[in-house]
Amino acid sequence: MTDESEDVLLAVTGLEVAFDGFKALDGVDLSVGRGELRFLIGPNGAGKTTLIDVVTGLTRPTGGSVRFGDEELVGRREHEIVRLGVGRTFQTSVVFEELTVLENLDLAASFRRPLWSLLRRRRGVSEAVERALETTGLQSLASSRAGVLSHGQRQWLEIGMLIAQEPRLLLLDEPVAGMAQDERARTGELLTQVARDHTVIVVEHDMDFLRRYASMVTVLHEGRVLMEGSVEQVRADPRVQEIYLGRAREEAEDAVR
Amino acid sequence: MTAFQDSTVAAPAEPPARPVPAEPAPARWTRLRGPAVFTAVAVLMLVVAPLALEPFRLGLLAKYLCYAIVALGIGLTWGQGGMLTLGQGVFFGLGGYAMGMYLKLHDAGGDLPDFMVWSGVDHLPALWRPFGNPVFALAMVVVLPVAVALLLGVLVFRQRVRGAYFAILTQALAAALVILLVGQQGLTGGTNGLTNFFDFFGNDVAADGTQRGLYVLVAAVLGVLYLGARQLVRSRFGRLLLAIRDGEDRVRFLGYDPAAVKTVTFAISAGMAGIAGALFVPVVGIISPALLGVVPSLELVVGVAVGGRYALAGAVLGAVVMGYAKTYFSEELPEAWLYLQGALFILVMTLAPKGLTGLAVTLWRSVTRRRAAA
Repeated sequence: MTDESEDVLLAVTGLEVAFDGFKALDGVDLSVGRGELRFLIGPNGAGKTTLIDVVTGLTRPTGGSVRFGDEELVGRREHEIVRLGVGRTFQTSVVFEELTVLENLDLAASFRRPLWSLLRRRRGVSEAVERALETTGLQSLASSRAGVLSHGQRQWLEIGMLIAQEPRLLLLDEPVAGMAQDERARTGELLTQVARDHTVIVVEHDMDFLRRYASMVTVLHEGRVLMEGSVEQVRADPRVQEIYLGRAREEAEDAVR
Repeated sequence: MTAFQDSTVAAPAEPPARPVPAEPAPARWTRLRGPAVFTAVAVLMLVVAPLALEPFRLGLLAKYLCYAIVALGIGLTWGQGGMLTLGQGVFFGLGGYAMGMYLKLHDAGGDLPDFMVWSGVDHLPALWRPFGNPVFALAMVVVLPVAVALLLGVLVFRQRVRGAYFAILTQALAAALVILLVGQQGLTGGTNGLTNFFDFFGNDVAADGTQRGLYVLVAAVLGVLYLGARQLVRSRFGRLLLAIRDGEDRVRFLGYDPAAVKTVTFAISAGMAGIAGALFVPVVGIISPALLGVVPSLELVVGVAVGGRYALAGAVLGAVVMGYAKTYFSEELPEAWLYLQGALFILVMTLAPKGLTGLAVTLWRSVTRRRAAA
């Protein structure tokens, strides 16, 4: 389990979110250490994306706190949270299709510049952008419009945009959803590489992907943390098997009917 | 080498380390095409037109170019930034009235402006007094619209008002300004507005020479503002604006505040409209509520849509084309113009959403492709 020392980067305590009475998050406690690669799993509606939405300021919680280093994130606006060093991707990748791959990355990397300095035209390619291009392997597509990218390439570009911002914490929401097998493998390797020098939280459904690339896993169920542990521990836990396999059985029965 | 090479290029024969490829250097023709076209148009507008056109026609063109300056701003806010503004007439009017007030006071030479005498006003209202100073009045041409736009932008964009709601809001603002102006007969000249100008900075405003000079001034201002707007669009700011148009929420998660970018852009377009309004006054000789209300504001947007809102040149072209079309059809078929305008708008929006420039680009591409294939 996480060492409760000063090396905790993200500390979520007693987080509650209610939508019209429905409790999407019902007292979530979670702490993620500096440099950790943490997977967040759970069946649909478990509150994984809601948790990320709260951390990044998209959703206001009804209670609880999110500490990032020494800062409280609850109550801050989205772009302020990004400026503190929290970056995220979305389930459906959103890159700017009218801009080139390079322009997408450059825009991401320029976010700390004051507004007036953006009035000048870009000259050359900054180091952060170059590194992001290299890590994602998108060099050859640098001057293509992002609109022509495949689904997988878009996700990599999004991750590249995050890297270019040099965040302290990355939140990836289902990075391999809808990807073909070879794209998944590449994304996994990209993830491993990014996790080497970043703190990363990944929301993922895909058990196979989890087995391959996860070490520490937190299982959410009905708005609460069900358990935390290694992939093996999680997979061996009867409660986890129940919520995943039980659901699968019900679905199978539904299909038969 | 990383394992994440793009599948289309990951070939075993690739050298192990590849530098980031420089962006492709455009061919010299492509690089020079923009400046060449701009220079040609500038020569045509600044040299050929004043010599070739009779004063009446030149005056009309000057008027359309004033609208084109407003259109340039609409191209920035709507075309690049996705903010549909239906109230640019407000800023046009603020600039126009600032200029008109100065000219009226200058003509009156210490007395009350004529319309105030007719309305029974016996002393100059406090609001008017500073506008007797030309420096103050010229500054207000830009300051007033920019200040109103900044205020509106801060109030509206921070609250994430956008799309149709923003459009309706700007339109309501135009309607409100008209009511305000019409209601204050003694202060604003009411429905008649400000007119009967004689002197423009020491020149007889009705003289052909003055009008020719004014035309050149308008064309030059348009040229300078166009270059500025183009620079803006090509800068990082411009890329950011485009990104906000296509995904405002995503931009927020890149750490930018879209409200600030939108507010600045809206203010820039307001400043442009103000300048256009101020130039319009000596060119046409009047500024009145009918020139800045909902209908003229809408007509400008229709012009931009017809010309092509995604290209700045399209916005400018659209304003000029619509201006000519309006004049022509109002002379030939006055009762049909309104329907024609509506039909044109619907046709363009359904068949060529990128307007005339978009159509031209598509045609050009298909021609060059066919030539390349042959």
